[in-house]
Amino acid sequence: MNIIDTIEKEQLKKDVTKFKVGDSVRVHTRVVEGDKERIQIFTGIVIGRKGTGVNANFTVRRISYGEGVERVFPVHSPRIAKIEVETAGTARRAKLNYLRNRKGKQAMAVRE
Amino acid sequence: MRIGLLGKKIGMTRVYDDKGRATAVTVIDVSDNARLQVKTVDNDGYSAVQVGFDTQKESRVNNAELGHFNKSGSTPKKFVHEFRLEDSETVAEDLNLKPTLLQAGQLVDVIGRSKGKGFQGVMKKHNMAGQGASHGSMMHRRNGAIGNRSTPGRVWKNMGMPGHMGDEQVTVQNLKVVQVREGDNALLIAGAVPGAKGSYVVVRPAIKHSVGTLAKEPEAPAAASSGKPAAKTAGKKK
Repeated sequence: MNIIDTIEKEQLKKDVTKFKVGDSVRVHTRVVEGDKERIQIFTGIVIGRKGTGVNANFTVRRISYGEGVERVFPVHSPRIAKIEVETAGTARRAKLNYLRNRKGKQAMAVRE
Repeated sequence: MRIGLLGKKIGMTRVYDDKGRATAVTVIDVSDNARLQVKTVDNDGYSAVQVGFDTQKESRVNNAELGHFNKSGSTPKKFVHEFRLEDSETVAEDLNLKPTLLQAGQLVDVIGRSKGKGFQGVMKKHNMAGQGASHGSMMHRRNGAIGNRSTPGRVWKNMGMPGHMGDEQVTVQNLKVVQVREGDNALLIAGAVPGAKGSYVVVRPAIKHSVGTLAKEPEAPAAASSGKPAAKTAGKKK
């Protein structure tokens, strides 16, 4: 087996929650403050997934105080403690970038 | 003693460290480094260790070379390199040329041969600015003036001109060894390394540091109160 494949395989998490584009998720991230570690939760809609293997990423979008906020997380990062799917979405496309142009209530509504 | 290893660039990937930070690393295969010859001041006029890497077919080397390889009990090697020693230094009989010669965290220099770029213009080769694209300009990517007037009346040496770029020896200094994988006979080195995949490289302890110097840990950001700041729309990758 290729050495790079071996290295990448070691780093893959074995129990990644299955989620799709359009799902509402709660991403539990480990945050280190000084020498303490706590869990911070980022809630939003998955608007895209990208990459494979150790390079797999996903983008979560939420509206925070009226301002759209997006964060990109590597799926296999050790800083991600857990991913929870709140509600499954029904997105018909792979990237939900059109949500960026929406305002108000529509901005977080995923339905074709 | 600045003895390093010879290897072959396999490619790049990313690894997470114990703090969860991702680092881009180059994977270097350093299997089967063989000690071919120890040169001494008495015999050769200088002190060095000759190391070989990557087995070559016997039919591809001439008799003189074959004799040289046989003398050390090694198979013929494709890539041979010497590591110079101080005159006073001697080499231990059981010199370990395994990946564990280097340790994780250590600073190393990597010497390789850069990818050939062919005949290139001055903008790519020497980072010159070029000229305007519009306003009727008919001069776009040229080098412009190359000298003065009757003093000095000639073009200075080392004036940047178009020509062949790349395919030359390049040394990258002070790279950090991220992992030493004894089982795979591989080194993971932070950052990029000259050359294409499959090209040969020399990995030696960093010449600007004493052997075994460890890379400094990046200091934790002082006011990381809320952790990573949430990126705005089309946020950057963390």
